[in-house]
This record gives sequence, C-alpha cells and structure tokens, in this order.
Amino acid sequence: MSLDKTEVQKIAWLARLSIDEQDISTYSDELSNILGLVESMNSVDTNGISPIAHPLDLTARLRSDAITEINQREQFQKNAPLTDAGCYLVPKVIE
Amino acid sequence: MEWETVIGLEIHAQLATKSKIFSGAPTAYGAEPNTQACAVDLGLPGVLPVLNEQVVLMAIKFGLAIDAEIPERSIFARKNYFYPDLPKGYQISQFELPIVSRGNLEIQLEDGTTKTVGVTRAHLEEDAGKSMHEGFGDQTGIDLNRAGTPLLEIVSEPDMRNAKEAVAYMKKIHSIVRYLEICDGNMQEGSFRCDANVSMRPKGQEEFGTRTELKNINSFRFVEQAINIEIERQIDILEDGGKITQETRLFDPDKNETRSMRSKEEANDYRYFPDPDLLPVQIEAELIEKIRSELPELPNAKKQRFIDQFKLSDYDSGVLTAQKEIADYFETCVSTAEGEAKLSANWIAGELSASLNKESKDITESPVSAEMLGGMIKRIKDDTISGKIAKQVFEAMWNGEGDADSIIESKGLKQVTDTGAIEILVDDVITNSPDQVAQYQAAPEEKQGKLIGYFVGQIMKQSQGKANPKQVNELLKEKLKS
Repeated sequence: MSLDKTEVQKIAWLARLSIDEQDISTYSDELSNILGLVESMNSVDTNGISPIAHPLDLTARLRSDAITEINQREQFQKNAPLTDAGCYLVPKVIE
Repeated sequence: MEWETVIGLEIHAQLATKSKIFSGAPTAYGAEPNTQACAVDLGLPGVLPVLNEQVVLMAIKFGLAIDAEIPERSIFARKNYFYPDLPKGYQISQFELPIVSRGNLEIQLEDGTTKTVGVTRAHLEEDAGKSMHEGFGDQTGIDLNRAGTPLLEIVSEPDMRNAKEAVAYMKKIHSIVRYLEICDGNMQEGSFRCDANVSMRPKGQEEFGTRTELKNINSFRFVEQAINIEIERQIDILEDGGKITQETRLFDPDKNETRSMRSKEEANDYRYFPDPDLLPVQIEAELIEKIRSELPELPNAKKQRFIDQFKLSDYDSGVLTAQKEIADYFETCVSTAEGEAKLSANWIAGELSASLNKESKDITESPVSAEMLGGMIKRIKDDTISGKIAKQVFEAMWNGEGDADSIIESKGLKQVTDTGAIEILVDDVITNSPDQVAQYQAAPEEKQGKLIGYFVGQIMKQSQGKANPKQVNELLKEKLKS
C-alpha cells in the first residue's frame, strides 16, 4: 500500500505539521513502508488472540479522590506568551 | 409522504468528584480563571495522568442502575483534535472497551404508557477548558479550570421517535444520576448537557436517513424546541427533493432556529488510539457486587413503593419521585403528619410547588421545611384548622412567621368545632334569610345541595372561615329540614 501526495498532506494537516513540498515524496515512501509493515502483520492469523491495550501486562492503580494540587497560576503563566485577567490569550477563534 | 423521526441522545454528566479525573486539582465551579488548572490539566511536558478511583465507582453505579454490563477490562484512548481549550491536542476518552456497555432504561410517556430506550454505552472522559471570545479584543481568553473535569458520556440507541420521548429520556437519566449522587445535574452550570442526533426516514423504511447533530442543549425545554425545529427543517428539505447534509448544528433559542457550525467532516477525523500513558482498568466482579448491594432505591422502585405503601395514584407517585429531594421531603412530611399521605402529596404537588415555581426555588431551598408542612397537615387532620385556613397558615410559614402551631395561635385561626357556637351562627343565618330558607325547602332534594351553599357561605363569612365546614353542613341540613 502506498500513500499519495494528497494523503500525506492531509495527515500533515491533521497533525498541524508544516511540511515542505519537496519532502512529500520522502514522507510518502517512509509512511508507506510503515503501512507495509502493518500489512505484513495483518497476514498473521490472530484468531483467538486477545488484543493488547498496553505493552505492559499491568492494570491501572487508581488514586483516591483528593485535592492534592495548589494554585500555581502565576508560575504557570510565566511561560505563556500572553495572559489577561487570569486567562491565557490566543488568536481569536470563533466557530 | 409520512415521515418518521429518529432521535438518539448523547448526554454528558459531570461526575461529582472533589478532584479531576486524572489530576489532584479541584473541580469546584466558579473559581477565578486558571486557579484550578494544574500541570497535568495544562498538558505540560513530563506529566502523567492517574485515574481517579471515584469516577470508576460512579460510572459502575450508573451502569448497574440501567442494567448494563460492566466489562472486566476498560481502556482509555486519545481523541485527537486541535482547539485552544484542549492543551494536550487530544482529549483522553474511551473508544474501545468503554466502562459501561449496553443497558436499558424505561421511560414514561405522556399517555401513561412506558417505552424502553436502549443505552448503547457510557464512557469516561475529561472535559475541555472554556474559551471566551468577548472582552479580550482580537484575542480569545482561555480558562482551563474545567479542563480535566470528569464526564460520563451516556450514548443512547436511536430509539426515540419524537421530541417528547427525547425529553422524557433525558429527564430519566437526570433523575437517575441525581438519585445515585454521581452528578449534581445543574444544567445552568453545564454539569448536565446534551447533544441530539436527529434524522428522518419515510415511515416504514428500515434504513436510517442522514442525521444532523444538535450541540450543547442546556435545558429540557430547549431539547424539545431544538428537535422540533430541526424536524421541520429536515422535512422541508426532503419534501423539496433535497438532501440532508451530515453536519453539526447549533441551536439558537433567541432566534428559535438551528444553524450550521463549520462543516466538521475533516475535523471529525479523530484518529483514536489507546493512550499509552494509561494502563487498562481491571474491574473485579466482587467490586461490582459490592456496589450493587449499596445502590440506593432508584426512581422506579421508589415510585412503586409509594404506590403500595402510601396508596398514592400512579401520577402522584411519579411526580413525587422524579426528584430524590422531593421524595425525601414527602416522606419526612408524611411522618410528621402522622401518616397523612394523600394530603401531604396534594400540598407538595400543589401549594408548595406553585410557591417554589413562582420564586424559581428548588425544594431544597424551600422556606417551609418538610417538618413544618407536616406539622401543619397534622393540624388539618385533627380538625384544628380547615383546609381553607391552612392556606393562610402556609403563606405565613412561607413568609417566615414561624411554624404552624405558633401561627394558628398568634393569629387566632383555630377552627370552631364547638357545636354550641356553630349552632348560634347557623340559627342566626336561618333567621335572617327567610326567603332563601323558603326557596331551599321548596326545592327538590337534588337541588338542595347547591342551595345550601348560600348558608354555608354566610356562616363561613361570619366566622372568618373558622367554623368547621363539616359540622356547619350537618347542622344546616338538620335545621333546614323542618
């Protein structure tokens, strides 16, 4: 299976990656190789084998419902390019 | 052509935990922006989510309440999309192996019949933050306090056929999550919200039509309105030979219309995959049984018990058990009123709920407590006051003038049950109304019942409503005979 140019562009858009036009064919080859690997795995008979959700054969340890965090807004917002009235600011997004 | 509507609902219930689903930050509503958003909620590098035990227990409770299966294993997935109020670039949700699988719910329709609605699944996920587009110039302000708040998304089967059924279903879920005390159900604060999928098909056709999704409807009334408007819109398009576009639409209650949000076909490519940060959740059968044994009495069971125990009608019992707090109020009221169930039910569904509605108050905010109302009903029952005087007493209690006994005492509202005193009043009226007496005595028996009302009215006026109406009636009949 191989990916064409528009598919590569769509995947890049979904991940919000900016890619150079000249690199598309390289990406296309590399991604197609990965899909090829998946395809060869697909040929293995996996009937009766339950899918793994996680590579470690462990189950989750849960935490109790307690408040353990304090307000560190000031410190966190030092990293933000823009803040106002306690809010993080971003370019206007309107639906 | 005759059309059939097909509706499915996705309800988001915010789980009433103290801390977030994957972090120890608080979930309290209304805090200063970003004061409850910790490093995990902000998606800062190097943090790891750790699942809150309480949300798992709450989800299981819900599953058991709708007779659903709770799978032994449950996993979390990343739902990938970009929006500024989602700092990680993905929402942790569940895709395969949700915590609650197929369940069922019985809803009561207006004509009194019941209908079973299937629940496809219910899964856990984290809420996003809030975007504010006003007040920041050409910027959008982001408050991430809500990011990471636990949600249970309850997905129904497309089993509903009109807006009223959808509302009945939504109310039932609302009632159940409140009974279970897993969600406060506050729709203004967004703790309970709903998306509706609506499609039309020619009656008799098996295959579903193309659906639209109505987003974020935050009241029962709006659900009904939004769905009905959307049904009309779709029928108009279909009858004109047009096609429905699969899209997300927003309901605008001010304009009473639904309108298209940006077409989401591409944005809907969420590329779910299991979240490598979170291990599968293992749910032991013993835990499920323990939770099952601790489930509270649920609306349907309570309703049946009220019918059996208090001899209430199906309707009254349904009204009283729709909200757990009302049911609790009723039971306290009845026990204070020495078992007077029917009067208690009438007062709660009548005077009390009218007064609450007028001031937009919830029963938990009622100035008249269940004990106070029960105390007043006890005085109706033992003939201290009549039902009519009770309205005065109720009003005084509502206005904070004290409990029933002190109001009856201070206002001198005690009913006159002394036969001698009533007899004087009766004799007076008879002497002063010779014409009416003649008319009464000349009338055939079936008309006398109506004519006697005049005398009763006069006596009640004389006694300022305090004469016992039953005694007045009996004495009058007796005296007017001759």
